[in-house]
Amino acid sequence: MTRKRRRLALVLACGIGLGTAAALTLSAFSDSVAFFVSPSELAQKAPGPGRTFRLGGLVVAGSVARTLDDGRPAATFRVGDGHSEVSVRYVGILPDLFREGQGIVALGTLAPDGSFRAQEVLAKHDETYMPKEVADALKKSGRWRPEAGPPPPASTWNDLSVRKAGG
Amino acid sequence: MDASAAVAPPAGGGRNLHRFANPGRFLRLSGKVLPWLAAAGVLLTAAGLVWGLVFAPADWQQGDAVRIMYIHVPTAWLASAGYAALALCSLASLVWRHPLADLAAAEIGPVGAAATGLCLATGSLWGKPMWGAWWVWDARLTSVLVLFFLYLGHIALVRAFDDPQRGARAGAILALVGAVDLPIIKFSVEWWNTLHQPATITLTGAPTMYLGMLWPLFLSALGMSFGFVAIVVARTRAAVMERRIRALLAARARDEPQHETSPAGVA
Repeated sequence: MTRKRRRLALVLACGIGLGTAAALTLSAFSDSVAFFVSPSELAQKAPGPGRTFRLGGLVVAGSVARTLDDGRPAATFRVGDGHSEVSVRYVGILPDLFREGQGIVALGTLAPDGSFRAQEVLAKHDETYMPKEVADALKKSGRWRPEAGPPPPASTWNDLSVRKAGG
Repeated sequence: MDASAAVAPPAGGGRNLHRFANPGRFLRLSGKVLPWLAAAGVLLTAAGLVWGLVFAPADWQQGDAVRIMYIHVPTAWLASAGYAALALCSLASLVWRHPLADLAAAEIGPVGAAATGLCLATGSLWGKPMWGAWWVWDARLTSVLVLFFLYLGHIALVRAFDDPQRGARAGAILALVGAVDLPIIKFSVEWWNTLHQPATITLTGAPTMYLGMLWPLFLSALGMSFGFVAIVVARTRAAVMERRIRALLAARARDEPQHETSPAGVA
């Protein structure tokens, strides 16, 4: 009995030590664990010019301008997080999920004028899943504009009947 | 009655008998439960997958690609849950020296690694069309990859020693150390910026998923969990019986030379 107690105490002590060590390490490396920086973090301390990093945020509604650059599709848009916004330019094909109001993560560098030159744009989808009929119903009733922000509380739509609207 | 009676320990193996008293009960009990577990696993998984892959609505943004969720999410849950079970078995093995825990831990490893591998593979297949990348080194994906390597390391370590007892001891320590990865996986999407989205199903709020998609997901997750448990139980039964047969053969090898050859030949 006492030997079992002693082994349990030993395992618990090791666990606490290890957990603390892991927590300290991860919080110390928190900046490098983060996958991207947000526009407001960028506004506080910008990486030096020419340094490649990832910028993440929501595509600002009404900011997307698609053009052609030497025959290749190009896009200019603004990425924001509610506090700051950064202008992004990208030459290439945007992912299917790219739209106004969508979260994106772009890899690139800061240009001297403070805009962001993206080499790669990844779409980040949020944690909501709904059928097209429900999204259409929410949009039609004016309760949700996908380009303006996240959908209304899930409890108001996740049991919505789509039988009538479906087709 | 069944296999447990058929391979009774040899006479004179009193210590062995005591040691396997508990596994004997496990064999009898699990023999009764296993067919039900397996049947529930197959039926519920089939129902959940057919419902999810064919009848559930497509997502408004992701279209039909969202259906890979009905495999990806259950395997992701099982990857973590399986490792938690592995860590609990390791704790029981290290602290209470439970004889079944070592066997169960060794058998959970490959099944959990398969679930983790499936989770990573389906996640990669899902990531390319939706995010635009097969793989990114964000905190969620990286911590699950670490979990996969922990499983592989455990599989290799418990089988790396001639003395299975030492392998089990080393594996148990690795499993407990690796358990620190589980909260990191769970909270990675909240603590850090990640490309992977945060949890849809939380304890605090309504799931941000249409119920017509949620039910097949739950069904599929329940079925795969039953399947996971059934495979682990079947493997553990096989391991118990294998150990008994080994003990029988070892006992016979000990006994026989005394009758036939001279004791000098034994060494």
